Amino acid sequence: MTASLIASGSLRNRLVLTLIGGAAILTLLLFFAIRNYAIQIAQQGQDNILGASATSILDAASIRDGTLEIDIPYASFSMLSTPSDDRVFYAIYQDGNFLSGYAGLSNPSVNPGRRSSFETTQFQGETVRVATAARTLIGAENRTQIRVYLAQTQDALSGTLDKISRNAALFGAGFFALATLLSFWASSTTIGQLKRLTTSVTRRGPQDLRPFEKPVPSEMLALVTSLNSLMGRLDQSLRQSEDFIAEAAHRVRTPLATVRSYAEATLQRVDKQENRQAMRSMIRAIDESSRAAGQLLDHAMTTFRADHLERQEIDLVELVGELVERLTPIADMKDVRLNLRSEGKITCSGDPILIQNAVRNLIDNALKYAPGESAVDIAMIMNPDIQIKVCDSGPGFPPNEIDILATRFTRGQNAAGTIGSGLGLTIAQDVAMAHGGDLLLSNRPEGGACATLSL
Amino acid sequence: MRYIIALIVCIYPLLGSAQEWEDQQRFNDGVSGPPLRIIASTDTALFAPIIESFISENPTTAIEYLVTGTADIDRRFRADPNDFDLVISSAMDLQLKLTNDGLALPLEDIFAPAWAQWRQSLFAFTSEPAAIVINRAAFTGHAVPQSRQDLIQAMRARPEIFRNRIGTYDVRQSGLGYLFATQDARASETYWRLMEVMGSLDVRLYCCSGDMIDDLADGTIAVAYNVLGSYAAARIESKDTLEIILPSDFPTTMMRTAMVSRDAPNPALAEMFIRHLITRQSRPNEDSLLPPLSGPLNKAERATIALEPALMTFLDGLKRRKFLAEWEDAVIQK
Ligand SMILES: Nc1ncnc2c1ncn2[C@@H]1O[C@H](COP(=O)(O)OP(=O)(O)OP(=O)(O)O)[C@@H](O)[C@H]1O
Ligand SMILES: [Mg+2]
Repeated sequence: MTASLIASGSLRNRLVLTLIGGAAILTLLLFFAIRNYAIQIAQQGQDNILGASATSILDAASIRDGTLEIDIPYASFSMLSTPSDDRVFYAIYQDGNFLSGYAGLSNPSVNPGRRSSFETTQFQGETVRVATAARTLIGAENRTQIRVYLAQTQDALSGTLDKISRNAALFGAGFFALATLLSFWASSTTIGQLKRLTTSVTRRGPQDLRPFEKPVPSEMLALVTSLNSLMGRLDQSLRQSEDFIAEAAHRVRTPLATVRSYAEATLQRVDKQENRQAMRSMIRAIDESSRAAGQLLDHAMTTFRADHLERQEIDLVELVGELVERLTPIADMKDVRLNLRSEGKITCSGDPILIQNAVRNLIDNALKYAPGESAVDIAMIMNPDIQIKVCDSGPGFPPNEIDILATRFTRGQNAAGTIGSGLGLTIAQDVAMAHGGDLLLSNRPEGGACATLSL
Repeated sequence: MRYIIALIVCIYPLLGSAQEWEDQQRFNDGVSGPPLRIIASTDTALFAPIIESFISENPTTAIEYLVTGTADIDRRFRADPNDFDLVISSAMDLQLKLTNDGLALPLEDIFAPAWAQWRQSLFAFTSEPAAIVINRAAFTGHAVPQSRQDLIQAMRARPEIFRNRIGTYDVRQSGLGYLFATQDARASETYWRLMEVMGSLDVRLYCCSGDMIDDLADGTIAVAYNVLGSYAAARIESKDTLEIILPSDFPTTMMRTAMVSRDAPNPALAEMFIRHLITRQSRPNEDSLLPPLSGPLNKAERATIALEPALMTFLDGLKRRKFLAEWEDAVIQK
């Protein structure tokens, strides 16, 4: 039953890893998407300004008295100011001939047909964005084409991109952290359902085989259903065997009583010493058997009632008082006094039949194992747990066996001469446990056994 | 024309050797090792206190200070960038173009506000307004003009006083004069009217502030237009014949800039010098003859010429040719 299973992986870890992995991929995608988009927008911004500036230079071109004039507006370069003080280069061509500016800037690869075009290239050892724009001027007798190349370095642009990338990275990290937290939370709530089922299975008493009725997630429905049916079958077979024991005990008891009365009658009639001895042994064996049958029946009854415990308010003092009254004649035969002590009125909720049964077994033991002409103290206290103490002044429990005496069919060494089945303390303990309490065995310092039933 | 020819002779020895300088001085000459070579447009007298304070902190350093005009600086430096450690000039446009062309060394460790540096390579260290400087004698009994408009009116009212007695830069020669002229022309049409009036009164053209102020101080001319206030102020301490007027209609303020050559023989020392220069000029300084750097007070007025690529606009060949043609039309009247 307790052979430990080998765990193969962890659902929770698998879930967390899948979710975090997904979040990481998403974060990376997000980061690159934002960055690419930002690069496009930033580049477009620079292109727009370069284009506008080049156009404003072209617009300042005119033919006056047959000669070309280009009165570059101050604003053309002024609008190219950036926080990073980007360098500006330009070149002006007329019909393919260099007019002014930076001669090396011309870029023959650019298609002259287009109104304006943009290209990223190298100039003076720096990466520059070049805008090209052209315009045809119509003079008195000729047409002439003016082409302007306007270039700007990309320091401000890369500064902006760095900033955007940093922000995108921060944003991504935040997103990832959040997703990680969420995935931990999601997996722990999912696994939490399983855990809850596990605790409710673990917390059940050994006899509790009722089906689980609390709602569970649909994915766990199949598991819980088969668990319930398994427990149902288990409960069924357990009850069958208990029923069977009770039935068997009952069936054995009646014929045993008949056999005993025959044996007693025969004993009266037999004179021969050895035959009488045999008859006595026979009677003793019969007593032993019928005691065992009786205790088995009681034990089965206790188990059954404990499984379906029906609590009711009981006046404990009255209940125990009644029991003591019933047992007084038996005690009187042994010259034993039963002293009942209680402090006021003690009530508790429980099964009166079970409690009486338990206390009867304890008093029974006291009468059985204590010497004659002694006293048995039965005390009820509430501090604040309810305890019923049955103490005698006999030899006490055998100290080396005190821990195992409450197990089934276990009898002490001191029980050698007495009739018994070893079930009395088991019954008392089962009753105490069914009520959420326990049975405590101890020996009094001045001698005598003390059994404490707490509820 | 003859005035021009006469006056041009003042500094530019066009026929002389290219290695001649307006001034050439060595500081701390005793120490061994190659000197830090500074090519500058600022008069030695104005810049010497800065060099001396640097040397007092770095006594093992020798400095060679070479003075020439702004346009000449541009020419010489482009020809031989590894011959100089530092370039200091008042022509912001030329300096910016040198930087844009990649001739300046970026100095990442130097802190300067965005408006006072470009590409962390070109650093401004003074704020100097262009001024109208007058000889008080010519205005006794008359209102002192406070703006360009006032000046136009004053010249029109007494042409006999001002004929041949007005001075301004020859923008074809002086880089700073060209910068001031183009910025003035950009700011207002008044500039062109002023030039026309000056042209009609046979304006004298100078290559440099210094000579203009010399002539102003001895009464050769009565008004100097677009002179550097700092140069005039340096004189005014000894003479009270001059009065500096910052035109109230629109001011034009230039920032002197410094940069380390990309091919500087001694870049580490040059960087130290720039750091010293900027620290020293970041606050008013009693024994400094150069005004400190002061932030642009009111951006709407464009008081200070901004360090931006737009400064290259008027350096464009076509644009320059057109501007000079217009300028000559206005100033040099037949
Ligand atoms: N009051 C007592 N004094 C000494 N020993 C005791 C006392 N009560 C129980 N015992 C020891 O505990 C053992 C178990 O007791 P338990 O009541 O379970 O069985 P039993 O009395 O032997 O049989 P039965 O089922 O007939 O009561 C006894 O055999 C005896 O050795
Ligand atoms: Mg017993």
